[in-house]
Amino acid sequence: MADATDLEELKRGTELVKRGFARMQKGGVIMDVVTREQARIAEDAGAVAVMALEAVPADIRKRGGVARMPDPTNVTEIIDEVSIPVMGKSRIGHRKEAEILESLGVDMIDESEVLTPADDEYHIDKREFTAPFVCGARNLPEALRRINEGAAMIRTKGEAGTGDVNQAVKHQRTMQRQIREIAGLEHTEREKWAREHGAPRELVHETADAGRLPVVNFAAGGIATPADAALMMYYGCDGIFVGSGIFGAENPSEMGTAIVEAVTNWDDADELAEIARGVGKGMQGQSTDSIPDEERLQGRGV
Amino acid sequence: MKAGVLAVQGDVSEHAAAIRRAATAHGESAEVVEIRESGLLPECDVLLCPGGESTTISRLIRREGIAEEIREHVAADKPVLATCAGLIVLSADAKDDRVETLGLIDATVDRNAFGRQADSFEAPLAVDGLADPFHAVFIRAPLIDAVGDGVEVLASWEDRPVLVRDGPILGCSFHPELTDDPRIHDLAFFPEVAATV
Repeated sequence: MADATDLEELKRGTELVKRGFARMQKGGVIMDVVTREQARIAEDAGAVAVMALEAVPADIRKRGGVARMPDPTNVTEIIDEVSIPVMGKSRIGHRKEAEILESLGVDMIDESEVLTPADDEYHIDKREFTAPFVCGARNLPEALRRINEGAAMIRTKGEAGTGDVNQAVKHQRTMQRQIREIAGLEHTEREKWAREHGAPRELVHETADAGRLPVVNFAAGGIATPADAALMMYYGCDGIFVGSGIFGAENPSEMGTAIVEAVTNWDDADELAEIARGVGKGMQGQSTDSIPDEERLQGRGV
Repeated sequence: MKAGVLAVQGDVSEHAAAIRRAATAHGESAEVVEIRESGLLPECDVLLCPGGESTTISRLIRREGIAEEIREHVAADKPVLATCAGLIVLSADAKDDRVETLGLIDATVDRNAFGRQADSFEAPLAVDGLADPFHAVFIRAPLIDAVGDGVEVLASWEDRPVLVRDGPILGCSFHPELTDDPRIHDLAFFPEVAATV
């Protein structure tokens, strides 16, 4: 047997450990849940993690008012219920909500535009936390600003609670197009691009060199069917968040299972046809076109 | 070599990059096959089972008909590296009915034994057969509880095994694919090289 390992060199909450956690989620589906019963259904359907929140985005939209972090009792119940990771949503810029979620033991914090922002100008300094963060973005500069603040994972914002995949597609295609664009630029042109787009320059170079974001990039915001999930994988996402699309569906368990299977089989249309068969009605939803700009969630926290 | 990476869920591209790096370092090249359906693994010389969520992976390998092919791969004595969730799925028992294990590594595993993500860590780890410690990344990692007689323990954390060999399988509760060091891949796939470093 080799010598005992040096405990003093043990490090928690490092960038490698935070980004590594996000990497283990790849190819998976993270499902929004409000109660422990929903968390159980999500785990049984094959979710890689659940996202605890006070109400699913479609209900937040309907209800209006201020949307906040979930009740700690619910978070603890959900953590006790499932063996998979539990994430929780905090308001943008609300450091204390994030600290409470971290104290409750959530595995990742979503600093989310779906909740009412606590700060119109600044996001949380996520580097100071042991827990990793995921943040939404509509384009590459926004994603790189969040990564610069310490986000270990990015998701498209889409337009949450609509069941309309249109905006998630737009955001993912924008991100991919901008990565191709900077990859084709030489050094001084990238510097200028970074200045003009308000993007952290070191991260612009890193992304351009690698041809992809330095962290895992999931799709979110309006994904409601197995075909939607497959479409987002086709556009190069690493995995999927489904919010209202599971528990707003006619049969959440069937829909959850089908979306999980669709993410693995995104490039096989015959399989997708079988997976989508008999899955029941998706959430009713609402087209993004019908939502005035000031009611869209995606403009929060840029 | 033809290297199959189980690709139903998890850190697949990291494993693909790691086996390519390890092969290149020894003057070989690895052709990576991402395994999301049956019919591909029988063509492969070696198999890598990534980290991810063991509940999700164990469900999907059965649905896709890959589970049986993994058994055949091991029965044919072809090498396997299984990390984290991969280790759990290949173990004899994960003491949790949410994960249906394949029983290919004669060991029981305690899922998420280290706790939640807040308890995830990186640290140097002493490994039998390696001259210098290996920088190991543990993410919501499992620990190995009990091993059968034929299982060799190559590394432990606080007296509990975290790296074991059972026949052609190297099972690992940390993530060698997240760092650039190829030595764990060497132990799995290039044992003659590993013995000299």
